[in-house]
Amino acid sequence: MEFQSCVKIINEWDIVAARQLGRNVAKELGFGTVDQARITTAISELARNIYLYAGQGKVCIEKLYEGGKSGLLIIASDEGPGIPDVRKVMEDGFSTSGGLGAGLPGVKRLMDEFDLDTTIGKGTEIRAIKWLR
Amino acid sequence: MNKLIYNYIKENRSRILDTWIQNMRNKADERLIKGVSTEVFESTSDEFVEMIISRLTEKEEEFLSLLTDFAEKVVRLGWPLVFVNEGLKEFEKIVYGGLVDQGLVNQDKLLEVVGDLDSFMTPMQNEVVNMYSQIWEKTVSLQKIALQELSAPLIPVLDRITVMPLVGTIDTERAKQIMENLLNGVVNHRSEVVLIDITGVPVVDTMVAHHIIQAAEAVRLVGAHCMLCGIRPEIAQTIVNLGINLNEITTKNSLQKGIEAALEITSRQIVEMEEVE
Repeated sequence: MEFQSCVKIINEWDIVAARQLGRNVAKELGFGTVDQARITTAISELARNIYLYAGQGKVCIEKLYEGGKSGLLIIASDEGPGIPDVRKVMEDGFSTSGGLGAGLPGVKRLMDEFDLDTTIGKGTEIRAIKWLR
Repeated sequence: MNKLIYNYIKENRSRILDTWIQNMRNKADERLIKGVSTEVFESTSDEFVEMIISRLTEKEEEFLSLLTDFAEKVVRLGWPLVFVNEGLKEFEKIVYGGLVDQGLVNQDKLLEVVGDLDSFMTPMQNEVVNMYSQIWEKTVSLQKIALQELSAPLIPVLDRITVMPLVGTIDTERAKQIMENLLNGVVNHRSEVVLIDITGVPVVDTMVAHHIIQAAEAVRLVGAHCMLCGIRPEIAQTIVNLGINLNEITTKNSLQKGIEAALEITSRQIVEMEEVE
C-alpha cells in the first residue's frame, strides 16, 4: 500500500483534484463526515494559497501510523515568494489579496497539528496533521 | 515513397499483420484487454494495420477519413494514446526488421531507407496525436458548456421570493456568474427575498464564503434580503473552525425553513384550505 500521493497545483481545478484525493484518503482511514469536511476544507485553503500566491506547487496526502493511532498528513509545498511575516498571516483577518484572511489560522484550527516553514524567495512548506480519534 | 518499402509491405502484408498483432497483444496491459473482447481487439488491430497500409495505396483524403474513423473508434474504446503510438512504432520496427532480415537493405542504402520509413511514419503519428487531442478538446469544451449551463440558475418560486440553488464546486468564474445572475434576477423578478441554497456545495472554504458574503452584501445594496440555506452540520462546523463571520447574513438549515422565513418577511403565510362542502 502506498502511503503518499500528490497532486500538482497548477490551475484552479487542481484544487478540486487535491480535495478529492484528500477526501478519499480520509474516507479510507475511517474519518467521520465532519472530519472529512474539515480535512477537505483545509486542503482547499492550502491548495488555493498555492494557486493564489505561489502560482504552482503541490499538495501531498500521507497516511500516518504512529504508536497505535492513525492520522492524515497534508503537505502543501511550493517554490513561491515565501511569507515575509509569519506571525501576521497567522492572525485572523489578515489578507494581502482582499480575501477574508481566515485561511491559515483557519487551517490551524481545523487540523490537530500545524507546522509552517517558509524562506523568502525559496518557498513555503506547510504540514498539517489530523489524528483519527 | 520508397519503392522498396512499398513493395515489401504490400507483399508481406499478412505476415506483418500477424506479427504486429502478436507483439501488441504482449504489450497491451491487463486494463486494456479486460474491457475489450478478443474479436474487437483483433478487428481493431486489423483496421489499424489496414489504415497504415492504405496510406500506401489510397489517396490522401481517403487515408485521412480512415484515420479519423479509426481515431474516433479507438478513443471510444478507451485505448490509451500511448498504446496506439506504441503500435505505430512497432509497425515501423517490424517493417524495418523484415527489410534487414530479407537482405533487401544493404549498408549503403540503410540510412536512406530509415529516413524514408521515418518520413512515412511521422506524419501518421502526428495525425493520430492531433486527432486524439482534437477529440479531447472537443469533449472538454462541451463539458465546460454543460457546466456553465447548470452554473447559477435563479428560480422565482413565489411572488417576490427567488431561490438560487448552488450545486458543485464554486470557482472564481462561477462566483462571478452567481453574483451577476443574482443581481440581474433580483431586479428583473422584483424580488424582496433571495435564498441561496448551498446543500449541493461540497466544500465551503474561505473563498466560497467570501463570495457568498459579497453576493449577500450586493443583494442588500439593491434593496433585497439575502438568506443562506442548506448549511449541513459538517459545513457549519468547518465555518466555525475557520472563524468565518456570517453574522450579517440570515442563515437557515433548510430551504423549507428559508421559504417560511421569506414569507414572514414579505408578511404572508401559507394556510391550509378549509374544506368546502
